[in-house]
Amino acid sequence: MSRYLLKKARILGGEATDIYLEDGRIFAIGSDLAVADAIAPEVEVIDATGLIALPGLVDLHTHLREPGREDAETVDTGTQAAALGGFTAVHAMANTDPVADTAGVVEQVWRLGREAGHCDVFPVGAVTVGLKGEQLAELGAMADSAARVRVFSDDGKCVADPVLMRRALEYVKAFDGVVAQHAQEPRLTEDAQMNEGELSGRLGLRGWPAVAEEAIIARDCLLAAHVGSRLHVCHLSTAGSVEIVRWAKSKGWNVTAEACPHHLLLTDELAATYDPIYKVNPPLRTAADVEAVRAGLADGTIDIVATDHAPHPHEDKDCEWQAAAFGMLGLETALSIVQATMVDTGALTWADVAERMSYAPARIGRLEDHGRPLAEGEPANVVLYDPAVTRTVEASEMASLSRNTPYAGMELPGRVVATFLRGRPTVLDGKLA
Amino acid sequence: MKKHLLSAGDLTRDDAELVLATAAEMRALADRPIKKLPALRGRTVVNMFFEDSTRTRMSFEAAAKRLSADVINFAAKGSSLSKGESLKDTALTLEAMGADAVVVRHWASGAPHNLANAGWSTSSVVNAGDGTHEHPTQALLDAFTMTRHLGDLDGRRIAIVGDVLHSRVARSNALLLQTLGAEVTLVAPPTLFPLGVETWGVQTSYDLDAVLPKADAVMMLRVQRERMNASYFPSVREYSRRYGLDARRMGALQDHTIVMHPGPMIRGMEITADVADSERSVIVEQVTNGVAVRMAVLYLLLGGSEPAVSTSSTNEGDEENNA
Ligand SMILES: [Zn+2]
Repeated sequence: MSRYLLKKARILGGEATDIYLEDGRIFAIGSDLAVADAIAPEVEVIDATGLIALPGLVDLHTHLREPGREDAETVDTGTQAAALGGFTAVHAMANTDPVADTAGVVEQVWRLGREAGHCDVFPVGAVTVGLKGEQLAELGAMADSAARVRVFSDDGKCVADPVLMRRALEYVKAFDGVVAQHAQEPRLTEDAQMNEGELSGRLGLRGWPAVAEEAIIARDCLLAAHVGSRLHVCHLSTAGSVEIVRWAKSKGWNVTAEACPHHLLLTDELAATYDPIYKVNPPLRTAADVEAVRAGLADGTIDIVATDHAPHPHEDKDCEWQAAAFGMLGLETALSIVQATMVDTGALTWADVAERMSYAPARIGRLEDHGRPLAEGEPANVVLYDPAVTRTVEASEMASLSRNTPYAGMELPGRVVATFLRGRPTVLDGKLA
Repeated sequence: MKKHLLSAGDLTRDDAELVLATAAEMRALADRPIKKLPALRGRTVVNMFFEDSTRTRMSFEAAAKRLSADVINFAAKGSSLSKGESLKDTALTLEAMGADAVVVRHWASGAPHNLANAGWSTSSVVNAGDGTHEHPTQALLDAFTMTRHLGDLDGRRIAIVGDVLHSRVARSNALLLQTLGAEVTLVAPPTLFPLGVETWGVQTSYDLDAVLPKADAVMMLRVQRERMNASYFPSVREYSRRYGLDARRMGALQDHTIVMHPGPMIRGMEITADVADSERSVIVEQVTNGVAVRMAVLYLLLGGSEPAVSTSSTNEGDEENNA
């Protein structure tokens, strides 16, 4: 049985203290904790001087690609990447092959996560059969399955039909579920390639207008209010979307929203390279949008950061922009990007980071043993993070099976030193344990 | 000049003027009995066409052959839906065959950039039209044609009329003509302007009749009928009525004003037959000039070691600087 004493860790960036993990729980917190001689040989002592202790991170939006695209990622490799990024729980999106639209598939993914053991995997159930947007999937069966699904999403596609969206929002109330919407009006984005604006016109790439996201978010907020249900907005990317969610929250409606690390850092200017590594959905937006998304995350309009980790094999990115797949890796760089864009800029404290990347996503996903404070008696899901170092991102060093990181060669602050899942290290010294 | 010609925006005014001057020498050659130059002997030019365009391919082929280059034609069909031949694999194959220049036509905007920058190829890349992005040699041949009729383009007013949104010709012309000092006005219904066109440095207008009397050249762009189905305009009739160039509108032009079209034309849609065949029309000449301009581009990019035309006064120093 593993026992760990983390010496001089700064919980949420506070004063240095010791944290003792035993039995999968945080057993004690205090300065200069001493271990009884009798068990001392069994206790691994880790010098955490200068390291920040955060609750294990929770990702509400991960594509693990298994089943179906094991050439891009598997549950095993994807959760390794998650652990290295400081995550102890990820929500696996439903757009696999077969689609996670039945109890059988979500249980399969859930079981694969347990077997891999790097971090807990909570499958997201599809809202509609085959993500086709025509007929509700058996949401109740997925909720009642061993996987206990609470988050439902057709992510990758938008539940565009307003009646279907209304019914989904209503139906999930029976098991306290949430519909996580990929907000993209399909007719306004046919063959869309990048943010519609000055640059798309120059580059001759078909535009993905902000209004196609904002119109759906506005509609869904109104629907959620009308039927009294929970709505979660995936990967919000525009200034207008921030305004709409802020307005919906001001009404007291039960709406939550997420922003992705890449929408906090990168802008549509990168499309001018025609390098599809920067092709993502929703697309990279303007610098003004990035500012608005940061401000929304800072003031709590945007509840969480979620990665939208989207692995793709090399050949799907080493081609013409128009032929390339949408999406970029995110798990192994998320915390560094949040540090660079939000913490180092003074917009968020480390306590805020814990809220945005652990507590809040766990609440939205209705997870009980994740997103808990670092306090005695709580589950020992802990990250030790060194904010003082800088590192150069190397795509080839990533645990993900895919290499499609837009940050390759970039210098980012911070490094995950250790991750503990229920008291057991999944990462030590920055490497898989 | 740079190693590649990917965008008309890559050309400085000096670059563009050098191309036009070289093209004039090449054009003079067309009037001689022997139309071939040894300038690119032993060099290989590959025409890589991922989208049908017989006229552009033939123009480049004729240009390369008149410079005595070896020409390889490669054609592959595809689209974003049926990827077909991969650009990368094709590039690697052609690279192995020792291509000095690759002329690429592609349905995807940016494909020539990928070819030039992704490390697949070390050849000079000439963009022969990519998606809805650019078509720089078309802009050069248009400018060349204009200078032959209008002289220096400084301060000249050029109207470009039609489907600007989907037109690579409009994008390249807007860039090049401004570089050459012309005043460009784009004319289209609001649905066929791209967002942000106001940042292009050009004038825009929805009113063709207001623009025509001031224009020194009027370039009509092709408008595909299918655009009607996507509600860019209500009907062919309405489009023609508001934005087509017919004999009545032609009457509003100044005496010296020329009428251009990059082809292929849809007679009766954006231009009527009597206008296309009128004395003002330089549409056929555009095709002839296309070969001369493409000769100049290939010659300058590949840095021909001898003067392009033996009787010309081009000095070698210039060539080295501009190779
Ligand atoms: Zn999505």
